[in-house]
Amino acid sequence: MSFLTLTHLSKCYGSQRVVDDLTLSVAKGEFVSLLGPSGCGKTTTLQMIAGFTEVSSGQITLDGRDITHTAPNTRGLGIVFQSYALFPHMTVSENIAFGLEMRRMPRAERHERVKATIALVHLEAHADSYPRQLSGGQRQRVALARALVIEPPVLLLDEPLSNLDAKLREEMQFELRHIQRKVGTTTLMVTHDQTEAMSISDRVVVMQAGRVTQIDAPFTLYEQPQTRFISDFVGKANVLTGHVAASGVHVNISPGDLSLAVDSIGLTPGAPALLSLRPERIWFTAQAQGLLDGQVIARFFLGSQWLYRLETVAGELMVLCPNSDAPALEEGSLTGLSWSSAALRVLP
Amino acid sequence: MSAPALLLFACMLLVPLGLTTVLSFHVFDHATGVKDGYTTAHYLAVVTDEYYHGIFWRTFWISGLTTLLCLAIGAPEAYILSRMSNPWRSICLLVVLAPLLVSVVVRAFGWSMLLGPQGVINHALQAIGLGPVRILYTETAVIIALVHVMLPFMVIPIWTSLQKLDPWVENAALSLNASPFTALRRIVLPQVVPGLLSGSLLVFGLSASAFAIPGLLGGRRLKMVATVVYDEYLHELNWPLGGAIALVLLLANLIVMLSYNRLFERRYKNAMG
Repeated sequence: MSFLTLTHLSKCYGSQRVVDDLTLSVAKGEFVSLLGPSGCGKTTTLQMIAGFTEVSSGQITLDGRDITHTAPNTRGLGIVFQSYALFPHMTVSENIAFGLEMRRMPRAERHERVKATIALVHLEAHADSYPRQLSGGQRQRVALARALVIEPPVLLLDEPLSNLDAKLREEMQFELRHIQRKVGTTTLMVTHDQTEAMSISDRVVVMQAGRVTQIDAPFTLYEQPQTRFISDFVGKANVLTGHVAASGVHVNISPGDLSLAVDSIGLTPGAPALLSLRPERIWFTAQAQGLLDGQVIARFFLGSQWLYRLETVAGELMVLCPNSDAPALEEGSLTGLSWSSAALRVLP
Repeated sequence: MSAPALLLFACMLLVPLGLTTVLSFHVFDHATGVKDGYTTAHYLAVVTDEYYHGIFWRTFWISGLTTLLCLAIGAPEAYILSRMSNPWRSICLLVVLAPLLVSVVVRAFGWSMLLGPQGVINHALQAIGLGPVRILYTETAVIIALVHVMLPFMVIPIWTSLQKLDPWVENAALSLNASPFTALRRIVLPQVVPGLLSGSLLVFGLSASAFAIPGLLGGRRLKMVATVVYDEYLHELNWPLGGAIALVLLLANLIVMLSYNRLFERRYKNAMG
């Protein structure tokens, strides 16, 4: 079932463990993202799969074949580099044809394949341009086409969109997913951008300090973050601190006390607890009508949404509201806050 | 803003060049020296005399061979240097540059001690039963010393070109099934052509006009153009002829370098941008 597997993969530089005991299996045709802050070992992991970095311990298998120690030029993987690494002295078609040429494909067939791939990434008009004549987005497409044309079993993407501006990045996200679906190539992408990882992956692997902290589908990851780090890193989250009472979690609030009902499965009474509350799950009520009162200290207009920061007895909270007909709350105004008990997540 | 530089350039280069040109057309008499009349006899002598043909030919083939050897040694050296990590890179770069820190005369004498009949190299060759061999005062000695001196002028431009390369480009080629050698030949080499070109031009130009090394290691009989110019000026005191030879060398050098540049520029125009 699993196509690409990493088993107890580790990489050490001296005494520093950059990647620590990473185990992951990717199914055929799946789009998996390695997500984490810079320096978390995600790029090193990709480099080990590509064969550019020596594996310290562990095993990598591709379609049942052990490729842990094979040379990078025999693995046959398609790689899109962060800098794109296009060949500057070759035209777009020559860049794309290079991999086929290395595989000694006959000229006529090579020509057909290059043409089809150029069409796939919509670069027909630039087939004879040199990389320096192209825009960032176009170069990105060339890099993708060059990696895809060899029909690799696995496509590795190293921060493929990080050099593009915000608008283009969003477009390329959809495009990338579209192309991946169409071609059906198993894909592993490294990124530090959580929206990017969430929007295009089937599964997201969150890494922190060389270790995997959670592997889940984007929705599960967002709704059920397993650590405080993930709840902060993936989307926006309010984190409340408290301790577990006999029933539910008792959220510590000074000067007063407030009891909040949550599912307390597996929690020991008396233990401290962290609660995650997504800002879009909070709604405004009239003052003293909700679960908590607060005062707006700042508001930001995000186009489709308003982001409020409120001062409450439970600390500072973020609230996201859709930009609807209702007039937005002024800074300094007092309001009540409410949410459904299901919106509160206990962080382990 | 560039006026002071231009002025300096005019004073230090154009004026002496102009004076030499004028001088080279003056009539010369062995008994009385430079005279007021004008003649093209000196140029005619250089162009028609077999003696000068031989010297020009020797100068150019020695310079050409020195350039080729510098390319063959310097290009891999620069590549290895660019792949090294500090502090080794800095140390090795310093070693490469070291010949420039020592006076060319001292270096030439050093080589003459090594290559001489009683030198280290002949002793070594004798020890393995190959000697003695005459190296000093032959073309071989001149070429060995020239390659040694010129190597930094080849390594530095190539190294600079290599520094501009995206380090991932080579890995990209590997990921597309290219062997390391193919990646080097098809991907790295075409991108360092500007470095190879400027290195070759520097080495060729400097070798063709080299004076101290052919003078000290070539001996009295093995003459190159620069040493002939020196002889004309200081031994024969025939300044007009010396000037004419120097200008012909300048012209020949310019023609060789410009056509070499054109040849490469046309071929790699697209890649260079």
